[in-house]
Amino acid sequence: MSSYAKLSPHTKWSTITLLSFLGLATLQSARAQDIPLISGGVGLITSTNGGNTTYLPIIAPALVAPIGNHLLVESRATIVESYFPRGGGQSGYDHNAFLGLSYLQADVIANRHLTFVAGEFLTPFGTYNERLSPIWIGNFEAAPLIFSLGTMNTASSVGGMLRGSAFSSDKVDIDYTAYFSAASTNQQFDAERSTGGRASVYLPNARLEAGLSVGRLLQETHENYFGVHLWWEPENSNLRLRSEYARGPHAQGYWVEADYRCLRFHSEDSLIGRFEPVFRMQQTFRSQPDSEDGLPSASTQEADFALDYHLPHEVRINTSYSRQLSSVSNRNIWQTGIVYRFLIPTWRGK
Amino acid sequence: MTRINALVLATGVLGILGTLMAQSAPTEADQQGKLQKEQPAAMVAGTPGERVFQQHCSRCHNAPQGFPPQISGTILRHMRVRASLSAPDEKALLRFLNP
Repeated sequence: MSSYAKLSPHTKWSTITLLSFLGLATLQSARAQDIPLISGGVGLITSTNGGNTTYLPIIAPALVAPIGNHLLVESRATIVESYFPRGGGQSGYDHNAFLGLSYLQADVIANRHLTFVAGEFLTPFGTYNERLSPIWIGNFEAAPLIFSLGTMNTASSVGGMLRGSAFSSDKVDIDYTAYFSAASTNQQFDAERSTGGRASVYLPNARLEAGLSVGRLLQETHENYFGVHLWWEPENSNLRLRSEYARGPHAQGYWVEADYRCLRFHSEDSLIGRFEPVFRMQQTFRSQPDSEDGLPSASTQEADFALDYHLPHEVRINTSYSRQLSSVSNRNIWQTGIVYRFLIPTWRGK
Repeated sequence: MTRINALVLATGVLGILGTLMAQSAPTEADQQGKLQKEQPAAMVAGTPGERVFQQHCSRCHNAPQGFPPQISGTILRHMRVRASLSAPDEKALLRFLNP
């Protein structure tokens, strides 16, 4: 995420102008069901780590705009104001503002098997970055410890991507992505030169998905990344099991997450049915020092316990406690958050 | 000055969203959307589209509590790219979202 304070006026106005243009361009092309939409989340998150509490008001709007029958333009931004203790023996809080574009991409849907993606897009490695990173989706406020492995530090790529459904039937779905990213030092389109992809197999009857991700950093030192993921939803159980393993040149790790929506004995709108307990276990293993791969400097174990509560009108309260153990330090991390998800058309349409 | 810029930008975004939400006047389409919100069972009828929704959408996120029907096609196209939906699944999901 780039610092908003560092943005040049040119960059800011270019971004605003581009998004405005895209919005206006779709005005002429929308059909009755294809009105561009604004989605996203607004929230307030607190994180207490080692006794220091940080407050994070956040808004993450996403724009989805179809143009014609085969083109889709999508973008998501994150605006955060961070309030944190001054430290160094000083009392009081300091604060920073951030604005970052997570992606700004054009999707050309060529046929039933192939979609071309161009622009800035979320790096398709593993599952967390593309599927669970929005604040209105993820069960935990914090990303897994291995998140930066394979996502090339920035989690976004600038270039092109091919993706689609390679094969689909009642018994099996196979999908794929393959991308190439150029190096970019633009503050809003920061990316490393890299390439990679992912292939997944989903068995609908068993509700089981397994996938393989690979990535190769092509900038300066060439490095390979490898990952696998396994998701399983036992039918009629309201239980979701998700897991990922990733390996980089200097570290590897995994996370396993289980969440259960308490709908088994109560309705979705009942007091009990709105609860969603979540547990996540994660470990990292450090083989060589690397200050830039984003993982803890020493091998780390972390157990995360969360209790999420789904309020009416798309509001969710998240609470979590994490115990992190490593040879460097042991610490407790408490996090709370309230997030409102919005999903609205940009205009009323016909 | 930069903090002021950030606040102005955040206020602007919130203002636009608030304006858009306030513009949800009771048109026929909105009434239909309201009906969809009040009667989510209309979307849950044991159809192939429901199966597609459970297998490809709700694996990652909970179902929205409702949305206006005029954005169902946009949501569908977004999910087609994100979840790599096949063409038959896309059609089934459209019928499920917008019966």
